[in-house]
Amino acid sequence: MERKAQISQISLETPPRVGELRRITRVMFTRKVVVLGAIIIILMILVAAFAPWLAPYDPYETNLPEALQPPNAHHLLGTDSLGRDTLSRIIYGSRISLLVGIVSIFIAASLGMTLGLIAGYYRGVPNTLIMRFIDALMAFPMMLLALVVASVLGGGLSNVIIAIGIALTTVYARLMCGQVLTIKENDYVMAARSYGASNSLIMVRHIIPNCLPPLIVLVTMQMGSAILAEAGLSFLGIGITPPGAAWGAMVNNGYKYLLDLPILSFAPGIAIMLVVFAFNMVGDGLRDALDPRLRGTV
Amino acid sequence: MGTYIIRRLIQSVFVIIIVTCLVFVVIRFLPGDPILVYLSQQQVDTFTIEQLNKARAEFGLDKPIPVQYIYWIKDLFRGDLGMSLFYREHVSALIAERVPVTLYLGLIAFVISQILGITFGTISALRRGSRTDTAVTLVANLGITVPIFWLGILLIYFFGLKLNWLPRFGYTSPFVDFVQSLRQAILPVICLAIFPLAASARQTRSSMLEVIRQDYVRTAWSKGLRERVIVMKHVLKNGLIPVVTLAGIGLSLILGGSVLVETVFNIPGMGRLGVEAVFSQDYAIIQAIILIMAVMIVTVNLLVDISYGWLDPRVRYG
Repeated sequence: MERKAQISQISLETPPRVGELRRITRVMFTRKVVVLGAIIIILMILVAAFAPWLAPYDPYETNLPEALQPPNAHHLLGTDSLGRDTLSRIIYGSRISLLVGIVSIFIAASLGMTLGLIAGYYRGVPNTLIMRFIDALMAFPMMLLALVVASVLGGGLSNVIIAIGIALTTVYARLMCGQVLTIKENDYVMAARSYGASNSLIMVRHIIPNCLPPLIVLVTMQMGSAILAEAGLSFLGIGITPPGAAWGAMVNNGYKYLLDLPILSFAPGIAIMLVVFAFNMVGDGLRDALDPRLRGTV
Repeated sequence: MGTYIIRRLIQSVFVIIIVTCLVFVVIRFLPGDPILVYLSQQQVDTFTIEQLNKARAEFGLDKPIPVQYIYWIKDLFRGDLGMSLFYREHVSALIAERVPVTLYLGLIAFVISQILGITFGTISALRRGSRTDTAVTLVANLGITVPIFWLGILLIYFFGLKLNWLPRFGYTSPFVDFVQSLRQAILPVICLAIFPLAASARQTRSSMLEVIRQDYVRTAWSKGLRERVIVMKHVLKNGLIPVVTLAGIGLSLILGGSVLVETVFNIPGMGRLGVEAVFSQDYAIIQAIILIMAVMIVTVNLLVDISYGWLDPRVRYG
């Protein structure tokens, strides 16, 4: 019994050592654009966290006498058709984007990883069933799938999160399955099995930790996709209910006043781009550092 | 190669069966009673329970769900996609009007995105570190970043409203007025193509860079072959293998993007019909649209896999 514990202790020493971590950070931040991305992400988290202190106005309060103002000293980005301050709404909108991004990716990653793990580890029937199911899910355009799932579950932000989470699951399942299939063939897995480790112990101790690097890269890269999907859905009018501030919905509201006040549509779009760009660049940097094989995949 | 194709074909059929089950089950969970949507407000007020049930039976909505599924599949094989509860028309007729619109724009966008993506990616890899490379990389990174509905609005503002060069919205069949049709297609096609174009440029660039480092390319150089021959015969052929797999995803992105782009440009295609159907809780239409799109994507993926097996013999026996 003691011996068994000892051996599994030894084989645990695979995850990155300190020197490795330093190498990863160095490779990652050699490109300036990655540093820029990281700064934008940190700024966005701060903005989202301190929105009530940063926003100059209440983002939800209508103020009709001040409706549709161009940018001026009081309203840096002008006001919308209900007199609400665009800047304040963009600041609050960052909360929605970040929340949807993080939670939906969490759902997609945990669901996809579990499915991929089972499919890759047990092969045979579970593999066929799961992977064909994933193939079927992949046959639906993501935007349409999210739209339909969101409408099946009914509007609401939490349902949009679930919808995007489900739509993005496929990528994780496929990556995880492929990873597991290769990692399973390693000697340390066979060694673990030879001393009688159970399937679940092998999965948790040996397989999952070794699968993580490319998945971390994917998580970062997909934050951008999730934020874009949320923006698209809220542009179509799904998810956020008025007077809530979501960037996609703001773009749509501003569309009606495009000729006179293009900034109403332009400003929230630039916010979306900045954030998505930041996550993509940091994802690229992480990929170069952690897993060069993924280079170029979206 | 024959067995490989047959194996992939069977897999695709299996996938399509799962797709139909998924579509059917998901759609049945849509909120709202479609019969109440179908009947006018006045009818709902005056109708008795019996009359409502009769209307339900007329659409087969009173049967158990597995039975409804079998009926639906039977009808599908007859080309009958059901009745739209909202438009009170055959879905197949409605869809037949809309599919060509989406396909017209989508296929142009697809071809442009693949050709330009591969060209830009290749040039950028061959001239690594040059100004062209920097420009292509920057544009590609922006391309996978920009929300396409927002890009559409931006283009409408500059090319439609400010410069007045191009029509701001709408669709004309190329058979009715070819020039107008093309002018109206330019902006939506840019929006549809931008993401797959950027993605394929990024993929091409990195996979070319990988191939350029290979020994056989160095050998080709040392043999004194001309750059064009090396690029065409050695680099492109091998570098494009991973790019081919992206083609299926490219089509999926374009069809998904049509939902947003057709809404922005007010184009009567499948995407906008889908959005309207979601809001009017029109089961039959949503079912038909996601089914058609899924079948298109499965078909393209099958073609991609077959060409993949043809390009890379290792895949066939894998």
